[in-house]
Amino acid sequence: MATLSISRLFKRFGSVEVLKGIDLEAETGEFIALVGPSGCGKSTLLAMIAGLESVSEGEIRIDGMLVNSVAPKDRDIAMVFQSYALYPTMTARQNMTFGMESRGVPKAEQEAAIKRVASLLQIEPLLNRKPGQLSGGQRQRVAMGRALVRDPKLFLFDEPLSNLDAKLRVDMRTEIKKLHLRVGKTTIYVTHDQIEAMTLASRIAVMHQGAIQQFDEPQAVYDRPANMFVAGFMGSPSMNFIPGELAKSDGRPAVAIALAGGETATLPLSLSPTLRPANGKVILGVRPEHLFRYDPNLKAQKAGLAMLTAPVEVVEPTGAETHAVLKVGEKEIVGRFDPDGAPRLGELMALGIDMTHACLFDPETQALIPQAAA
Amino acid sequence: MSAALSANAAVRSRAVLRDKLAGWTPRLAIAPGAIASLVYVFGFTLWTLYISVSNSTMLPTYKFVGLKPYFDLWSNERWRVAYGNLFYFSAFYVVLSLAVGLALAIAIDQRVKGEAIWRTIFLYPLAVSFVVTGVVWSWLYSPDAGIEFLVRSLGWHDFTFRLITDRYTAIYAIIATGVWQSSGFAMALFLAGLRSVDPDLVKAAQIDGAGPMRIYRKVILPSIAPIFVAVAVVLLQFAIKTFDLVVALTHGGPGISTTFPANYVYDLMFQRGEIAVGAAAAIMMLLALAVVLVPYGLWTVWRSRGESAHG
Amino acid sequence: MVDATFDLALDSQARGESLRYALRRIAIYAFLGLFALIYLLPLFVVVANSFRELPEITRNGLIAFPQSFSLGAWPKAWAHYCVAGTCEGIKRNFFNSLYMTIPATIVSTLVGALNGYVLSKWRFPGSETLFVCIVLGVFMPGQVALLPWAYILGALHLSNSVYGLILVHIIQGLSFTTLFCRNYYVNIPDDLIKAARIDGAGFWRIFFKIILPLSPPILIVTVIWQFTGIWNEFLFGVVFTGGTEQPITAALVALATSQMNAHPYDVASAAVMIGAIPPLLIYLFGGKYFVRGLTQGAIK
Repeated sequence: MATLSISRLFKRFGSVEVLKGIDLEAETGEFIALVGPSGCGKSTLLAMIAGLESVSEGEIRIDGMLVNSVAPKDRDIAMVFQSYALYPTMTARQNMTFGMESRGVPKAEQEAAIKRVASLLQIEPLLNRKPGQLSGGQRQRVAMGRALVRDPKLFLFDEPLSNLDAKLRVDMRTEIKKLHLRVGKTTIYVTHDQIEAMTLASRIAVMHQGAIQQFDEPQAVYDRPANMFVAGFMGSPSMNFIPGELAKSDGRPAVAIALAGGETATLPLSLSPTLRPANGKVILGVRPEHLFRYDPNLKAQKAGLAMLTAPVEVVEPTGAETHAVLKVGEKEIVGRFDPDGAPRLGELMALGIDMTHACLFDPETQALIPQAAA
Repeated sequence: MSAALSANAAVRSRAVLRDKLAGWTPRLAIAPGAIASLVYVFGFTLWTLYISVSNSTMLPTYKFVGLKPYFDLWSNERWRVAYGNLFYFSAFYVVLSLAVGLALAIAIDQRVKGEAIWRTIFLYPLAVSFVVTGVVWSWLYSPDAGIEFLVRSLGWHDFTFRLITDRYTAIYAIIATGVWQSSGFAMALFLAGLRSVDPDLVKAAQIDGAGPMRIYRKVILPSIAPIFVAVAVVLLQFAIKTFDLVVALTHGGPGISTTFPANYVYDLMFQRGEIAVGAAAAIMMLLALAVVLVPYGLWTVWRSRGESAHG
Repeated sequence: MVDATFDLALDSQARGESLRYALRRIAIYAFLGLFALIYLLPLFVVVANSFRELPEITRNGLIAFPQSFSLGAWPKAWAHYCVAGTCEGIKRNFFNSLYMTIPATIVSTLVGALNGYVLSKWRFPGSETLFVCIVLGVFMPGQVALLPWAYILGALHLSNSVYGLILVHIIQGLSFTTLFCRNYYVNIPDDLIKAARIDGAGFWRIFFKIILPLSPPILIVTVIWQFTGIWNEFLFGVVFTGGTEQPITAALVALATSQMNAHPYDVASAAVMIGAIPPLLIYLFGGKYFVRGLTQGAIK
């Protein structure tokens, strides 16, 4: 049975509809990431799962039991907050036992739980310190300890890493992943950082304006985004969108895009679109890592290869790779290139595009146009 | 199986009921205090308002007589003097307290040594009752033993300092004493404000070549303009409620020259047995306060809305 | 303000500059010193005169270097002086003020904290409006409450008693204490409350275990302001009590105005000191809390 099951969930604040018909399921042991920009409703959804916000319409079930009107303390959940929310006047140990005390758990059990969790998170030396005496990463671990001590059915994380600096964030991300592998609890994790979602989750729910845009495994969301919002949100630098038109090249399906000076480039598609949008206009989506310096020798090896020339406007070396902005017609596109042989500023570059991963979107609905082998 | 399920359901519905009751705890907890406050703020005001349009004299009687008590009030010379005093006093008191407070704050802000001592000295009147201040200053103002006596004993035998015994100048004694009491308060708030000015702004102005006077006038003071307004509003409030100081310093005298509205209210209600007219006077005081506070309240709301709109 | 440093020996403009600088510093200290004298003068007069003999005061004036010393004024003021009909000094009034101020301060602060907690952490429809309505009491002039209180205290048989004043000051203090506490609690992160709810803590457990332990800063400020305000209050003291039931502020006025011919400056000074010392002591020891309350409260 699914640990968490949400059906047709709506949330309204007065006349404002913040969540519009959410359907979500989490199987036991899954790590579900709710990701989206601020204001998309993900934190509200989490609060409703926790019981901190009421339900306007729809059902939330934990282990099959309807919990719409059940108080947070009775839902058998634990939550880790962005601001850690550690009780400042209590020691780390007291922070973790506070909930057990409120529920009347016997002292012996409390001690056992503290021991178990403290060794799991390696926070034994910190137990008698107050939050003010702990570093950011230590506080986060104590906050997780407070959640783990409950041994709940469901773990809820509300942007737990947003308050940490970049390096610490990466370290803590790995710790959370290791923790999940060890403890294996069903987890709902809210974040606005798509990298966190990609690295941690078994399934990602991308949210925008109160609705789930796509709910699938990370690689599927990345490779086959359901619409332009998901395509642009996941991946950094984000996917390039180039307007064009369906065309044919040597009898094969292709996309024609406008270059500078009225010219067009026709890029052959590796698959064929199964739907034809109105007047053939499409938006071609190509990720920056699928751009490279065109080498004529490669054409024989790679199947879905296309080429066009474009001027290089900005070059940004990052060490491991070099990002470059090129002008294609009216649009600027970003590519990730090998530092050896990277584009040079002002160069009119021969750009190779790996079309096997390219996506096509309908300009009006912004939805992905499904493709199949020709 | 179904018995267990229905027992389960019964437990859950009891839990739901318990949680619903628990949801009322906050409201129940605040109820006593909230009700008391609301009765105080609105009930008392309406009650006094009603008395002010009734024919009460010594004791409340509730026959409605319209605005007659208000006409009686305004036809009384003592009230007119009191109201006039209020305006006169408020203007001087607020402006002078702001000026002295600002001057002291700017002086202390010049990185003087012993800042904590200066602050303690200027702020201690805040801990002192207006009554104590009034009593002590009345001694200082008295010709027989106070300032006049001192200056005469130093050699100027013809010196007179009859501020407080002259019906035309007694009001200045009240103003001066009030400023003495309250400018420390203004100073403390201005000092906090001066300290909170963005230092980068000052540095930019210095690089632009502005001298200290200009920096103060054009950069620093405008940044703390809201504090001016806040302090002025609080001081006006104090001014309108002036009672203790007058009783202790001059008793409203000489004659009736330093009567204030609050003093006259007391007089009407508890010494002349004219509580309807007294209530009317109290309502006039309330109106004066409303005239000051309502625009200020609206202005702060308007300003914070504007700020949040611009982000 | 940034001061430039100049090399005096080499630069005549620098010499002029440093002279101007020195003059400016002298002017600032002179200005501050002058005002400090004006501020301290009354304090000096009262303290000095409470230790001088009355004939000497009459001879040399109030503002003079003490040329006599006597402790006699103090016991007289405390226990023997005749004020408003009785000759018991102001001892009774001092204790009246104490019995009135301490309970009223404690109760109004605690209820204010509870109110602030509810209004900031357990919002409900209308809670913001309720807050504004409660806070209006801070600005209300006491005159509007005189008649209603007179009636209520009479009906409760509390006129002319300390208990009546305690009730008055509690109810009137609620507006102020609720304002201060609520503005302070608003800055406590809501996430703390959410975490506690998930941990199973209810309304009261959260208040006692989480909110109150975080409250000492605001409670101290509130207690200091309430104590000072209630102790120094005059209008209600003089209206609702008389004679030996009066708080010390009213007694002081009676004492200072009951003179026939010779002002008993020595006894009166001692009496003023007795009345002014408690808040002054609190100010001297808790000064920074005073200022904190100012900056928090006046600029909402």
